[in-house]
Amino acid sequence: MARALLNVPKRIRRGDVFEVKVLISHPMESGQRRDDRGAVIPRDIIHQFSCTYGDELVLRCELFPAISANPFLSFHVRARDSGTLVFAWKDDQGASHSETLAITVE
Amino acid sequence: MIDRRRFLSIAVGAAAYAALPPAARATPAEVETLIRRLVGEGRLQRGRVKLDLPLLVENGNAVAMTVTVDAPVEGPGRVESVHIFAEANPLPNVASFHFGPAAGKAVVSTRIRLATSQTVIAVAKLADGSFWSDEIELLVTLAACLE
Repeated sequence: MARALLNVPKRIRRGDVFEVKVLISHPMESGQRRDDRGAVIPRDIIHQFSCTYGDELVLRCELFPAISANPFLSFHVRARDSGTLVFAWKDDQGASHSETLAITVE
Repeated sequence: MIDRRRFLSIAVGAAAYAALPPAARATPAEVETLIRRLVGEGRLQRGRVKLDLPLLVENGNAVAMTVTVDAPVEGPGRVESVHIFAEANPLPNVASFHFGPAAGKAVVSTRIRLATSQTVIAVAKLADGSFWSDEIELLVTLAACLE
């Protein structure tokens, strides 16, 4: 359901600080809107997101309804060794999603 | 003494006020309380954290925001977290970012919703116990949340 686009630079050298861009497909329903009959559309947002590199944490976020639909995040990682970036997030419906991205450090 | 006309006008005014829906807006005081809770006994200083947002926002549904903390992500002076607040959104919290040891630098970008023209505040918490803030007052021409 929720699909994500992950982007890292093509070439990563050891010791570099590189940018990671994440775009997750999600409505991020704020819980403030009403439907045609005036009933509140229930809140459904991704409220937690984290990224780990190997066994180290890169970034953990708590997100609120003020994050735009299809949340975009960009942050930075210091390249140590080739390994896997793991992206994990949870939404209000209780669903947990995760994506992995293998990176090769030259 | 209150005459009939005066009484009626007060009563009508009070009824109209009571009929207004509850304010779906945060207030600067609410944000201040949240920041107070975050900072605790510490002292909040200006600087070291920089909030990048456009001063004139055409579409409040997706406003590009970058927050940069002038601190390392490792060592005793490292940055632990950055918290973003919007004073006039329905909910004052926007996002909290916690940096881990693998973060290359304390720079995060995302896109946020802004309900109206207001002040956005970033507060950074450093591991040495200091707190730093930055704020931007911006103008929103098309608000989020209405549609």
